[in-house]
Amino acid sequence: MRRRIPLIITFVIGLVLITGYFVTRAPFNTLYESFSDYFAIITVFAFILGGGSLLKIHLKRVSSRATDWHYSVVTLVAFLVTLVIGLFKVGNPAGMGGEILAAGSWLRFMFDGVYNPLSATMFSLLAFFVASASYRAFRARTKEATILLSAALIILLGRTPVGAWMTAWMPESLAFLELPNLANWIMAWPNTAGQRAIMIGIALGVIATSLRIILGIERNYLGRGE
Amino acid sequence: MDVTLMLWIDAALTLMILSFLYRDNPFYKFAEHLFVGVSAAYLMAVGFWDHLVPNLLGKLFPSLMSGVVPGAVGRSPDYYYLIPAVFGLLLLTRLIDRWAWLSRWALAFIVGGAAGFNLPRFLDSDFIIQVQSTMIPLVVLDASGNLLWGASFSHVVLVLGVICGLVYFFFSVEHKGVLGHVSRAGIWVLMVTFGAAFGYTVMARISLLTGRMEALGAWLGSIF
Amino acid sequence: MRIPDSILHIDRRIIFLLIGAAVCIPLILKPRFQDSPTPIVQSIFDTVERLPPGSRVFLSFDYGPDTAPELDPMAKALVRHTMTRGHEVSFFTLFPEGVGQIKKITDSLLPLEFPEKAYGRDFVNLGYKAGLGGAINTMVVNFRTLVNADAEGTPLDALPITADVDEMVDYVIILSLTAGDPGLKEWIQFAGDIAGIPVMGGGTAVVAPELYPYYPQQLVGLMGGLKGASEYESALVDRYPAFRNAPMDATMRMGPQVVTHVLIVLLVLLGNLAYFLGRADRAGRTGQGTQAGRRP
Repeated sequence: MRRRIPLIITFVIGLVLITGYFVTRAPFNTLYESFSDYFAIITVFAFILGGGSLLKIHLKRVSSRATDWHYSVVTLVAFLVTLVIGLFKVGNPAGMGGEILAAGSWLRFMFDGVYNPLSATMFSLLAFFVASASYRAFRARTKEATILLSAALIILLGRTPVGAWMTAWMPESLAFLELPNLANWIMAWPNTAGQRAIMIGIALGVIATSLRIILGIERNYLGRGE
Repeated sequence: MDVTLMLWIDAALTLMILSFLYRDNPFYKFAEHLFVGVSAAYLMAVGFWDHLVPNLLGKLFPSLMSGVVPGAVGRSPDYYYLIPAVFGLLLLTRLIDRWAWLSRWALAFIVGGAAGFNLPRFLDSDFIIQVQSTMIPLVVLDASGNLLWGASFSHVVLVLGVICGLVYFFFSVEHKGVLGHVSRAGIWVLMVTFGAAFGYTVMARISLLTGRMEALGAWLGSIF
Repeated sequence: MRIPDSILHIDRRIIFLLIGAAVCIPLILKPRFQDSPTPIVQSIFDTVERLPPGSRVFLSFDYGPDTAPELDPMAKALVRHTMTRGHEVSFFTLFPEGVGQIKKITDSLLPLEFPEKAYGRDFVNLGYKAGLGGAINTMVVNFRTLVNADAEGTPLDALPITADVDEMVDYVIILSLTAGDPGLKEWIQFAGDIAGIPVMGGGTAVVAPELYPYYPQQLVGLMGGLKGASEYESALVDRYPAFRNAPMDATMRMGPQVVTHVLIVLLVLLGNLAYFLGRADRAGRTGQGTQAGRRP
């Protein structure tokens, strides 16, 4: 029951969604529409599961006084305060019926004042690391690495006005070699070719994996044991 | 909320995260843990109010929810929505060790749903149409029948590039002889692709840093 | 330590400082660079431009604050363009964080630059819906099953802009600003290729190269990163000179892009120079050592 029922559910849902894609008559269209809608609803519960899991892990860390447990307190307080503000729409001018991020609401303040700078800065750190990594690891050691490096440098220069300035001296007949034109050409043709080869490969992989999942051959998502 | 206060909080949190560039430190750890807590709760709150309330609770309990879902007024309950409600609750059993196995049922719905959605769409959009889009003339002529060298060369690069790239990913046969050469050309095409992707990634990361520096600039501007 | 080695093992914090300076100095000096749209960006502009005024446009903000510096300028440019053309715009998001991004536009840009535009008549916020591609699928099959009210809870029938929207195909184009999954790829797979609605938009520079294979058959046009946004802004200013004095974020941010790109190119070249000099040096020393070993 613990493994067979999930396999039956996967099979039925998968089959209905595939059939509904091709057959637009009742009952397939109705089931297709309903299951699609239910799927979206169930994914919201994944957010709740994520929040619950976070709460569980950090409560355990605090209660066991694990290393750096003080920071878990920060996470817990931040989580609970934001959750209460969000779920009860604290400070929302329109009350419980208003838009969740209405101007003046406390959640709006949490989003603009706290979430926004933290999220944006966290990702902006990558600018420093990508520069440092390029300096240390981007070497023309082999023929393949040299091709990669050359394409990257053409794109880096060609996508800025510097590229145009550097190659502005070229005669009209060689305009296609100007860095911006070269960069655009690389994006439109060799890049498209490579990305398309990868895309087709991924598509075949997704199709095969989806079939294996629906037919119950692929069961890793169920985890181990009964 | 006071704009100056917002600028100060924004700047303080930004500097806390940026302090990681020097080395790991308590300010960074504080900001990092704050981020985790706020983001998890934010996602839950938005998911609850923007999706669960109008699309589940408003349909299951219209009279109860009429205060927050105006469209639910006068509507009769749709009990079919008990199905996603039950599956959603089953997903949450993952948090209780004794009942965690029940969450597999909900997970099976999500996995089956994703597989059912993806199979025909990847087949259509990422396979059939991609193959179709690669079937282009290798020789391009203008209206008066003259050969367009540039366009023809580009088309050849695209068609051969896709074929060589696919051959490189074809591992069922050993890459020797002609296949080895084609596969090697495939690597070169992929290297150009990765080089272009790298160039674009640098561009993206710098843009994000620029945004943050502008925010710090606004804060400094409010002081001086 | 020899010179090539000392160059190779330079403290990474010095590189961090250089990058910081390369971004900050142009922000202070504010150099402006003239840009022109490439065909892949121009095709979005032309499509929006050719639509008859009053066309229903669906604009999905599929991103959050982490990628906002790249995608916010695109959002602003598209909103300025669609509003100037008199289109009716429905804002939507598949990202929970996108709710905040939409609010930036509806609470700041629209009242400031287009005070005559009214909520519910010229634009509407349909809010966030979960379900990734599944959400798009539900909208294509039956729009009102998923979206039955705006973000404030007002039923679609009560708003003039959405009263006649029963199906996804009631929108003439779909614009998506994409930071990852779900985004333009899903809009193409679940809406464009199925319902035949033209899909176009912008993506972060990380996502953009992966979307090129869809262009032009499945994707009308694409703005790739800040450069794409800057190109759209230039097309907008060329066509509507009234925007010349409007703050064009992407154009302003191209200054730091230029300097940092040049800096990174120089760093890569310097790193390679040091690497090859070091290798030649080591090879020379090994050669000397071998010769010394051969001496009787």
